[in-house]
Amino acid sequence: MRLTCPLCGPRDRREFHYLGAEEYLRRPAAEAASAAWDDYLHNRDNPAGETRDLWYHEAGCGQWLLVTRDTVSHDIRKVELVATLKGGAK
Amino acid sequence: MPKLIAKTPLSGLWPVTHRDLSLSEVALDRITSVAPFRGQEKALAKALKPLGLAFLAPNSFAEKAGVRLVWTGRDQAFLINAVLETPAAALTDQSDGWACLRLEGAGAADVLMRLYPLDLRAQVFAPGQAARAGLNHMASVLMRTETAFELLVFRSMARTAWAEIAEAMQHVAARRAL
Repeated sequence: MRLTCPLCGPRDRREFHYLGAEEYLRRPAAEAASAAWDDYLHNRDNPAGETRDLWYHEAGCGQWLLVTRDTVSHDIRKVELVATLKGGAK
Repeated sequence: MPKLIAKTPLSGLWPVTHRDLSLSEVALDRITSVAPFRGQEKALAKALKPLGLAFLAPNSFAEKAGVRLVWTGRDQAFLINAVLETPAAALTDQSDGWACLRLEGAGAADVLMRLYPLDLRAQVFAPGQAARAGLNHMASVLMRTETAFELLVFRSMARTAWAEIAEAMQHVAARRAL
């Protein structure tokens, strides 16, 4: 498996570390209802098809990446820098 | 204050040579991490101008009169062997944190391709290109000059990097001798 880092170019999977679902980008406010926190921490979809998750380019540029991929065909559809997403880390 | 004698990260090791392949240490005077503050790109360009350098696109480096600037991450570069004073960027001294190794000679790309998961053939990874990539499990900054590969690794891992490259050199040399 290879990911094309928007900065570094196509790189081998062993340079990346997997964090988890895209939901980690949408942290609820501290006083949000416990149901929102429950969703954020525990409840995940397990789609057959397109999924979006977070990877860290640890052996490369050290950026968080949002990867859109297909769990059925194993296609990598899109790799984006989290830092340049709207509302992403600054 | 008395001037102390600084040891280089790989002091005590002699260059390793296999036919025309050669591994040696490059002693660097100074490394400074340069991370421009948001919106300060123009001010930084002005500060870099006297050095004859400009801030870089990803995966590249530039050298002028022995001073080198190499891309090391998003909005970050290492300035090697020069002093920079500017409020436009976060400047961090990295001098003693890194070791620099040089591998030269025909087949150098074959040696490093045993350790890096990258295509380092000259038509893909040309002189002037740089990469942040893993040398086996070590974080490193790899650069290709006109005549050699030069790479930076953490000082604490300098001897491991040295040993692993020397071993790969031996394997490549043995294979060519067949």
